[in-house]
Amino acid sequence: MWTWFHRLASPPSFYRFADRVAPWLAVAALLLLGYGLFAGLWIAPKDYQQGDAFRIIYVHVPAAALSLSLYTGMAIAGVVALIWRIKLAECAIVALAPIGASFTALALVTGMLWGKPMWGAYWVWDARLTSELVLLFLYLGVIGLDQAFLDRRAAARACALLAIVGAVNVPIVKYSVEWWNSLHQASTILKFGKPTITAEMAIPLYASLLGAYLLAGMAALRRMQNEVLLRERRAGWVRELTAV
Amino acid sequence: MTRRQNRMLAVGSLIAGLALAAWLGFTAMSKNLMYFYTPTDVVSGKAPAHAKMRLGGLVERGSVSRGEGLLVSFTLADCAQKVGVKYEGILPDLFREGQGIVATGHVEDGKFVASEVLAKHDENYMPPELADSLKTEGGHSCMPFKPVEKPVTALAS
Repeated sequence: MWTWFHRLASPPSFYRFADRVAPWLAVAALLLLGYGLFAGLWIAPKDYQQGDAFRIIYVHVPAAALSLSLYTGMAIAGVVALIWRIKLAECAIVALAPIGASFTALALVTGMLWGKPMWGAYWVWDARLTSELVLLFLYLGVIGLDQAFLDRRAAARACALLAIVGAVNVPIVKYSVEWWNSLHQASTILKFGKPTITAEMAIPLYASLLGAYLLAGMAALRRMQNEVLLRERRAGWVRELTAV
Repeated sequence: MTRRQNRMLAVGSLIAGLALAAWLGFTAMSKNLMYFYTPTDVVSGKAPAHAKMRLGGLVERGSVSRGEGLLVSFTLADCAQKVGVKYEGILPDLFREGQGIVATGHVEDGKFVASEVLAKHDENYMPPELADSLKTEGGHSCMPFKPVEKPVTALAS
């Protein structure tokens, strides 16, 4: 298993692996998101208290889940990059940041559009909303820090450090609605025991959630491929690749 | 120690230090992170007496009475206590009896005078037919309205 792992971590074999896997992820993401969004926006029944306005959940929840998952992934890549100095992990940090920032921005915007008709306000400074905004700034910080270095390896190491320090914010975002009073509701889909959302509403939600994960995975592989090419542009295997 | 083990130690202690600092910081500031006070806090005198603050709770059933124009008064309750609220203005669409809300305002003669009312919906989603058959009467749980400072009596029960 470790030999397979080491082989995959070498840039040329990762590049070929990503090239094979990414199209399948794209197709699966398209199908799942297509089904999830269609069933969520048209087929699922309206909610007993929020009516049709609840349907923004099919975009908001996947975006918010990805914003946290991608940051966690970025911080883990940061640890691997700092300790084991694996080039691919360095590529992963800089590749994941813009994807995560996009999902975070999407979660914030859809949340605001949802908040106005339901709560009565676009924005409130409660713990959940504020920590999610901090998450966006952390992503933007990583992106900016990466741009500030000429040397790609030095950039990745600085970004790794920021990603690890910022990881403190991830459990805060996640548990803010349980630890403190907030205007934001508690978790619907990760609450164990009592079902809090009926199956006809939940199944499209899980489909779009999985679809969003696959989409992000595809985007991450493609961005990592770009980063690998950029770093290895003088290497033999890249020249062979571009000579064709 | 090899250089890699050195780096492991450095990154490990960085993470441990950050976690400790965050835990200490948030335990100390826990009160400031609460978005609203609850009726229990107001009754037990834990909420600021005259300053502007937010009060969260459930609109008690049968307590809503409308006055002239946009004037409305109702009772807000958490799991233990209740406080009367006066408000003049536009209520959010979700406002109804049994609904969780968060009001901004101040305490005046034992009543809470609100200048803004926001709706706090819960994490349950279901079609209207199911909600009807469940006979929940649209009532929300009082559980999300945690007192900022736990009164000692509440712990005993």
